[in-house]
Amino acid sequence: MKHLGKIAATAAIALGALAGTANAQQSTLDAVKAKGFVQCGVNTGLAGFSAPDSQGVWKGLDVDMCRGVAAAVFGDANKVRYTGLTAQQRFTALQSGEVDILARNTTWTLARDTSLGLDFVAVNFYDGQGFMVKRTLNVKSAKELNGATVCVQPGTTTELNLADYFRANRMQFRPVVIEKLEEVVAAYLAGRCDAYTTDASGLASTRSAQGANANQHIILPEIISKEPLGPAVRHGDNKWADIVRWTFNVMVEAEEMGLTSGNIDSKMNDPNPGVQRLVGKTGDMGKMLGLENNWSYNIIKQVGNYGESYDRNVKPIGLERGVNELWSKGGIMYAPPVR
Amino acid sequence: MASIPRSRPAPPSIKLSLSDPVVRAIVFQVLVVGGVALLVWYLVSNTMANMEARKIASGFGFLNREAGFAISEHSIDYSPADSYFRALVVGVLNTLIVAILGIILATILGTIIGIGRLAKNWLISQICSVYIEVMRNLPLALQLVFWYYAVILENLPSAREAHNPLPGVFVSSRGIMVPVPANDPTYGWMLIACLIGIVGTVLLSRWAKARQAATGQQFPMLRAAAGLILGLPLLAWLAGGAPTVLDWPELRGFNFQGGGTLTPEFAALLIGLVTYTAAFVAEIVRSGILAVSHGQTEASSALGLKRGLTLRLVILPQALRVIIPPMISQYLNITKNSSLAVLIGYPDLVSIANTTLNQTGQAIEGIGIIMMVYLTVSLSIAAFGNWYNKRIALTER
Ligand SMILES: N[C@@H](CCC(=O)N[C@@H](CS)C(=O)NCC(=O)O)C(=O)O
Repeated sequence: MKHLGKIAATAAIALGALAGTANAQQSTLDAVKAKGFVQCGVNTGLAGFSAPDSQGVWKGLDVDMCRGVAAAVFGDANKVRYTGLTAQQRFTALQSGEVDILARNTTWTLARDTSLGLDFVAVNFYDGQGFMVKRTLNVKSAKELNGATVCVQPGTTTELNLADYFRANRMQFRPVVIEKLEEVVAAYLAGRCDAYTTDASGLASTRSAQGANANQHIILPEIISKEPLGPAVRHGDNKWADIVRWTFNVMVEAEEMGLTSGNIDSKMNDPNPGVQRLVGKTGDMGKMLGLENNWSYNIIKQVGNYGESYDRNVKPIGLERGVNELWSKGGIMYAPPVR
Repeated sequence: MASIPRSRPAPPSIKLSLSDPVVRAIVFQVLVVGGVALLVWYLVSNTMANMEARKIASGFGFLNREAGFAISEHSIDYSPADSYFRALVVGVLNTLIVAILGIILATILGTIIGIGRLAKNWLISQICSVYIEVMRNLPLALQLVFWYYAVILENLPSAREAHNPLPGVFVSSRGIMVPVPANDPTYGWMLIACLIGIVGTVLLSRWAKARQAATGQQFPMLRAAAGLILGLPLLAWLAGGAPTVLDWPELRGFNFQGGGTLTPEFAALLIGLVTYTAAFVAEIVRSGILAVSHGQTEASSALGLKRGLTLRLVILPQALRVIIPPMISQYLNITKNSSLAVLIGYPDLVSIANTTLNQTGQAIEGIGIIMMVYLTVSLSIAAFGNWYNKRIALTER
């Protein structure tokens, strides 16, 4: 009986504790400020987008997205903690509040934007799905893959596009579906699959990670889907969504205006009104977002503009700017004006 | 007038007091049940409110939508154009297949090793001990990854360089391909004949037992059973025109077409589950045998029973009573452990439900389905085990 009494007491306490957090739709910005850092959901390790370097410091295009937000909120790009997520884990991690931002080469789709309780706020990389095969296979086009075994990660748009593509082209394939990136790649390398498929950026990253063996693998020319990759936040917190969205827009606009982390200090008194707004001298842009007015200065100074981030992270894995070049230079990267 | 009623012992006073253990028990139980109900209600309503606030979809309507993803192994027809529901059924069947085969093989292997550990031969018993200790003490997840990547994938050649140990048998990183009998209606009839044979055997053995009890005459049950279970299908095969056409696997393009395939994922999962669980089964079998005192063996041979009969009629029935309950929990373990399939790409229920909940965003429903299926399977195994246990339990007369 003593036992039961104890259980009852415990249940009552647990209930009380839970009731405290009842329905608290707390603002993410307040929560982030209170804990003092941004919790960022990233890849488990995809060079160029998010991977820890030899010192354990996270680097990559997606990482810079989070660093930018931390710079905007705290004036310190280092106030970020990272959670490595597989494709399967990422949405629940964001929904449940485990992370504040999901910046994990995640494709913006209608279903995800609506039924998953997320909001996508920007596209930081325009991508498309491709196939990688071993050179020895002597395959030159994805159209020759009829009957092939294909390695793929579950819970991705990749998995769906793969099935769509083979259906549309009336070809057969066998999937080998493995959740962890390094393991699906290991299965491909060991010859379990004829082809490995994912976003072209992921293929480039995986291929370059093979070092000296990289040229034993070729990426087939077909791009079979649109994969607009971008950061997402929880649905319903518009203020936080605005902060993430405009952090990205600042990085793009800084590139348009030629502002870099290196030259921004010398441009503080530049007469161009656009530059004045971007360095936070005029316009009260930060206030409108609920931040300090030097938010954008901090982003550019500490993280750099989009082009710098791209060159630092994505160029080394062998991907040229391509469509991710600024709209003014022939690409489609375009940001609404910061004004 | 009736006399004044004689004083009866006062009726027990119905005073509720917390110091009364009965009252206390009831009060606490009501409190606990109430507390749990409140907690459940709170969690459910809170979750619903939060999901509503974030516009996360809910309900089971998604089950009818097109799944859109492919599944590598399916025992019923499946294509990406089928529904999520069908995909989940494929997952359930895949789980059941690996669990049932795993249970059978682990029982056989475990029994052999368990008996081996009791062997008089020093070497055999040492080998069995080492096996048990190693297998029991390494995490199963690690063993699965080891079998799949380090043993199977690393050591097998590509499809084009497949080993060809026997005509029509190919071993490569695509799996083991074997010729299988080409589709023929006769095989359906053979299956039916086999089932009839099994039923006939059961009936016959009842009759034979009753006759032996009544007249003491024995009936050659073993030969009769073999005749029924193997002979009837054979007759059906002959009656169907004795089809012998085989479907041979053949390398066409990237892969083998035709024949039957044992995939590396399935093989790794089955090997991993069986070798791991067999270690536990072996210990259960060993303890069961040791639990039957040696006096029983001596008594039985004093009665003139031969060794085989002693084992079958005296030792085994008593050992089984000790063996069955822990064995059931091992069977439950195999079923639950099969969900580690996600690690090595075998499309079991958990793997497919995970994909489903990820593509639809309906995590709660997805997890609910997984829990329901595992609960049903586990409770069925437990119920069967308990029934069997009761049947063989000591009936005291
Ligand atoms: N863009 C696709 C695929 C994203 C994806 O998961 N890509 C893989 C391969 S490039 C990846 O990043 N894996 C890293 C990991 O699992 O940590 C999606 O959003 O569904």
